[in-house]
Amino acid sequence: MPQARENKNNDSIRFILNDSEVTLTDVAPSATLLDYLRLERRLTGTKEGCAEGDCGACTVLVGRLSGQMLTYESINACIRFVGSLHGTHVVTVEHLAARDGTLHPVQQAMVDFHGSQCGFCTPGFVMSLYGLWLSNDNPSRADIEKALQGNLCRCTGYEPIVKAAEAAASARPSAIFDPIVAARDETIARLKAMKSEETITIRDGEHCLIVPADAAGLATALAQHQGATVVAGSTDVGLWVTKQMRPINPVIFINGIAELQQIARSEAGITIGAGVSYTAAFAALSSAYPALGRLIDRIGGEQVRNMGTIGGNIANGSPIGDSPPPLIVLGATVTLRSTEGTRTLPLEDFFIAYGKQDRKAGEFVESIFVPRLPAEDHFAAYKISKRRDEDISALLGAFRIALEDGKVRSARIAFGGMAGTPKRAASVEAALIGKPWTEETVRVAQGAFETDYQPLSDWRATSTYRMLAAKNLLLRFFLESEGEAAELVRYAAGER
Amino acid sequence: MDKSTFEERKAINGQMHSRQRHDSAHKHVAGTADYIDDMPEPAGTLHGSLGMTDRAHAEITAMDLSAVEAAPGVVCVLTARDMPHSNDISPSHLHDEPVLADGIVQFHGQPAFAVIAETRDIARRAARLAKITYRDLPHFTDITDAVAHGGELVTQPLTLQRGEAEAELEKAPRRLKGRMRIGGQEHFYLEGHIALAIPGEDDEVTIWSSTQHPSEIQHMVSHVLGVPSNAVTVNVRRMGGGFGGKETQGNQFAALAAVAAKKLNRAVKFRPDRDEDMTATGKRHDFLVDYDVGFDDDGRIHAVHANYAARCGYSSDLSGPVTDRALFHADSSYFYPHVKLTSQPLKTNTVSNTAYRGFGGPQGMVGGERMIEEIAYALGKDPLEIRKLNFYGEKGSGRDITPYHQQVEDNIIARVVAELEADADYQARRQAIVDFNRTSRVIRKGIALTPVKFGISFTLTAFNQAGALVHVYQDGSIHLNHGGTEMGQGLYVKVAQVIADSFQVDLDRVRITATTTGKVPNTSATAASSGTDLNGMAAFDAARQIKERLIAFACERWQTTAENVSFVPDHVKIGEERIAFPEFIKLAYIDRVQLSAAGFYKTPKIHWDRATGRGTPFYYFAYGASVSEVSIDTLTGEYMVDRVDVLHDVGRSLNPAIDIGQIEGGFVQGMGWLTTEELWWDDKGRLRTHAPSTYKIPLASDRPKIFNVRLAEWAENAEKTIGRSKAVGEPPFMLPISVLEALSMAVASVADYRECPRLDAPATPERVLMAVERLRRPL
Repeated sequence: MPQARENKNNDSIRFILNDSEVTLTDVAPSATLLDYLRLERRLTGTKEGCAEGDCGACTVLVGRLSGQMLTYESINACIRFVGSLHGTHVVTVEHLAARDGTLHPVQQAMVDFHGSQCGFCTPGFVMSLYGLWLSNDNPSRADIEKALQGNLCRCTGYEPIVKAAEAAASARPSAIFDPIVAARDETIARLKAMKSEETITIRDGEHCLIVPADAAGLATALAQHQGATVVAGSTDVGLWVTKQMRPINPVIFINGIAELQQIARSEAGITIGAGVSYTAAFAALSSAYPALGRLIDRIGGEQVRNMGTIGGNIANGSPIGDSPPPLIVLGATVTLRSTEGTRTLPLEDFFIAYGKQDRKAGEFVESIFVPRLPAEDHFAAYKISKRRDEDISALLGAFRIALEDGKVRSARIAFGGMAGTPKRAASVEAALIGKPWTEETVRVAQGAFETDYQPLSDWRATSTYRMLAAKNLLLRFFLESEGEAAELVRYAAGER
Repeated sequence: MDKSTFEERKAINGQMHSRQRHDSAHKHVAGTADYIDDMPEPAGTLHGSLGMTDRAHAEITAMDLSAVEAAPGVVCVLTARDMPHSNDISPSHLHDEPVLADGIVQFHGQPAFAVIAETRDIARRAARLAKITYRDLPHFTDITDAVAHGGELVTQPLTLQRGEAEAELEKAPRRLKGRMRIGGQEHFYLEGHIALAIPGEDDEVTIWSSTQHPSEIQHMVSHVLGVPSNAVTVNVRRMGGGFGGKETQGNQFAALAAVAAKKLNRAVKFRPDRDEDMTATGKRHDFLVDYDVGFDDDGRIHAVHANYAARCGYSSDLSGPVTDRALFHADSSYFYPHVKLTSQPLKTNTVSNTAYRGFGGPQGMVGGERMIEEIAYALGKDPLEIRKLNFYGEKGSGRDITPYHQQVEDNIIARVVAELEADADYQARRQAIVDFNRTSRVIRKGIALTPVKFGISFTLTAFNQAGALVHVYQDGSIHLNHGGTEMGQGLYVKVAQVIADSFQVDLDRVRITATTTGKVPNTSATAASSGTDLNGMAAFDAARQIKERLIAFACERWQTTAENVSFVPDHVKIGEERIAFPEFIKLAYIDRVQLSAAGFYKTPKIHWDRATGRGTPFYYFAYGASVSEVSIDTLTGEYMVDRVDVLHDVGRSLNPAIDIGQIEGGFVQGMGWLTTEELWWDDKGRLRTHAPSTYKIPLASDRPKIFNVRLAEWAENAEKTIGRSKAVGEPPFMLPISVLEALSMAVASVADYRECPRLDAPATPERVLMAVERLRRPL
């Protein structure tokens, strides 16, 4: 249970839950926000549907300070650890309606448009829609669908929910009471007061939970606890706990470290801190590399993009992570840091073998640098999955070529889902370089995929399909570079 | 000035045939609608977890549970031997479904023990500490493997036969044979299974269960405990979705919770994790359909012979009636002059498959529609032309008898299809798509219009009965209870509308109460789309009884006759006098009128003789049709559903808002079944798609980009159902067969529509691409 404490900032996790302040001095490393809400606070409006961040029934908003900015984002409470909440404002569905029971416009629209049937997913939808309502007063259908990518409904077919979202966006009477808007200044002040200047450490017997205040603190903590689990977005580690019941002790939560949240643009390219979420990285990456923006839109659901980080996607070394192939193709480098200092290496060299990365004990991923893409280069990234959105890739191909006098001057191609690591297609590249950029060249080069990859069959796709689709993606890339429509688009740019 | 209090109100709020929101909508959005896991737990509640096996088929040679028992916080461990009376929860009464595996494991994940602990987390962790040793036995998970291994059946197959199918197939001008594989489906109710058992005095126990069938939970718990049914009370206020997955599959959790609760004299809750739920509970049956169809050059069907083989899993569960219903719908909307249909309910080493919205009917219809498609491509015609040619005729046309010898008396399919064809501008759009495909190299489009005709009634005639309990209290407020369960489909509000309408009081005067075996006994599952038909009529009957007593009272007190007494909005009118409803009720109470009644209903007309394959198993049919337009990417097999138009028959809708919701939701769920939802077992017999990360139901961004859904406003049930409405739960699930067929057309375009693509379901991007590859001419 929460305990009131002196305002001592290095031995407790403090956050605001709806309108009350919470100070916890006894947090287990693997304690999830969902269990805390339901079991300890009996805030049962937030539901458990899957306990793996895929259904959205547990969606809550988390507000966090970034300088003077207080932004609220939807997250999955089921895989969010309590230890990662220090200095945030957690908002649950119970907080929305006015004290007299008057429903919030988002809730009322869901009622009016028959947006609930069994009702179990509904609080999660309400919170996702509320997140959208706060950030966008004129959402297009594409915006609404994007905001709902992480919410599953099995009853309604979604049509009434989308209509409710549209209606709620326009239902903004000036007098409307909104609990977040009304308390914004006060919340900012309260959160600032919580900010810790030093590393928070909570120990309980064997358990050790560390929340460093800065990157140096992280390096020190990792030097002291070399086997510690470093958790940024917890969209992967969350499942270790809820599904595999793996211990993650000792644990270091890094999502509050401001230095790791930096995005720096220069002539040379973009540097993304390891703690930057997909959502936060979206604007910078999509303007510099539009194809990457379209890909990021299809990674996880909104909640997962709000939590998950590109740094984590790289650090966990998954062969089906969506960001490594395009980043490899773009020539990205990764910077690792420890108390010994930093070192930088090409991203593709970071992945050694399945489950093995070039990360030494005590090192953590500090940042990723993505070089500027020359304007004349063609670049694309294609994700293939059973379901278009919020699915794990069966395969993902990233392509980049530069042409000179109609011939391929350089080619970089990398795939996920085709090997034990994200991997370059060296033979395909070789088959293209120096050749005229024609369909015939592409046809010949397609054969080289069989030299580069021997994909597996699993529940996402057979090896036959993976190979065939990989070859065809090269053709798609060629056709698109020639201006031919070769990809399905649900909403054209600018379409409402 | 508001004169409404002086003038007669024209109508109540919440009458029948009006748009009403779901009764719990305001609670759903506020997070205040309680599901079982949200209820305050009784002091000292313990938590259970399943101990699962990891072999598809094996003998358990030893089960060492010492580490489980020794784990701190574990209170007890249950095995098959701990079931006080019986280790059987077979809903078919074939005694083939144990609560816990006893000596033999029949599917990967089958629970062999259960842990009861102080917390759910402790129970889950402890369940993984068991050391089970096995002697492996040969296993087969797939239909073709099952056939190859002797084709053992879990229950009696069915044959439907009319005319001389074999002989007429020989004589037909044209003949086609084919095979189609149709995948199963996980229900993916958002609220997983859950049961909370609270021990009572003597042998009593109260269960809160997320179940569509409280009476069966009651019977199973009483059977396992060895106590009479009157010792067990089962309650359910609402489920977070059911879709058939909670018709029988809650038995295991309720039985284990009850056994533990009685043994320990503490409340016990079982709430499996999503992965455990998906692994240990049954799904929609996969089918392998072999068809042989004879037809003429116009495309008119002469004869059909088809076999429907189903993956039933290790036990019978509901596989008998499910495979029966597949045959009942193998005709889709078409008259087969000569027909022979057989079912093959195969035993496999997979979790026992169960009810799922449509209950085999969708698989039957998909097979029937595939035959139409085959004929159309063989003749180079639009499949819609073949459909129309083969529709059942009007009553008495000679083309109105089903393969089970029921006459189709209420046929409106031709009108529904013609209206939709015109409204959706089908012909012009189809031509535009054919033109588009001529010039588009990578992206291709397809369009299809498919019909739905779905038989309404439980095919086991005894299940077609229902009860309701209505109390009118002295203040005029009304308490409504009936045997149906609420899983989101809006049953509660529809039945409440019936009561409000009967008494002519506003809907908010009717209190809807949790379904419980203690108030209405011997109920059937809320299934087979029957909820409103049965419970609405039972409630209507209860209201009728009370009203008759009230009318008799009024006649006596006001010295008048019954025709001068009427229920008008919020009042009772006696002659020229209007008395407010609460006031009238108070007077009736004082006069000692019984203000409570138990209503009852049984569906008339139906009968079914399974042995001969003859009868009238269905009271009526519900009809509908849809047009779907899709685009596919012929390089990757990815696709999008661009537009869908639906025209659907719900008779005279009791609540158009709820009915539209059922149609839209049913469509998208059925579309998921036919497109992205794929169940995948590995070579060890382990289901690898056991969570939303691997099993992909549709998202908002998968729904049809343009989605026009209309009710056939002119429709009215020919039979005397409640308000002349029709059932709506299952029929719309089959509308998206048009999505599968539109995908087929887009695929067929790569070979200029010369060949039927024979796209299996689910048509994942992979299956679409592979179908394209099969048809694509060498470049």
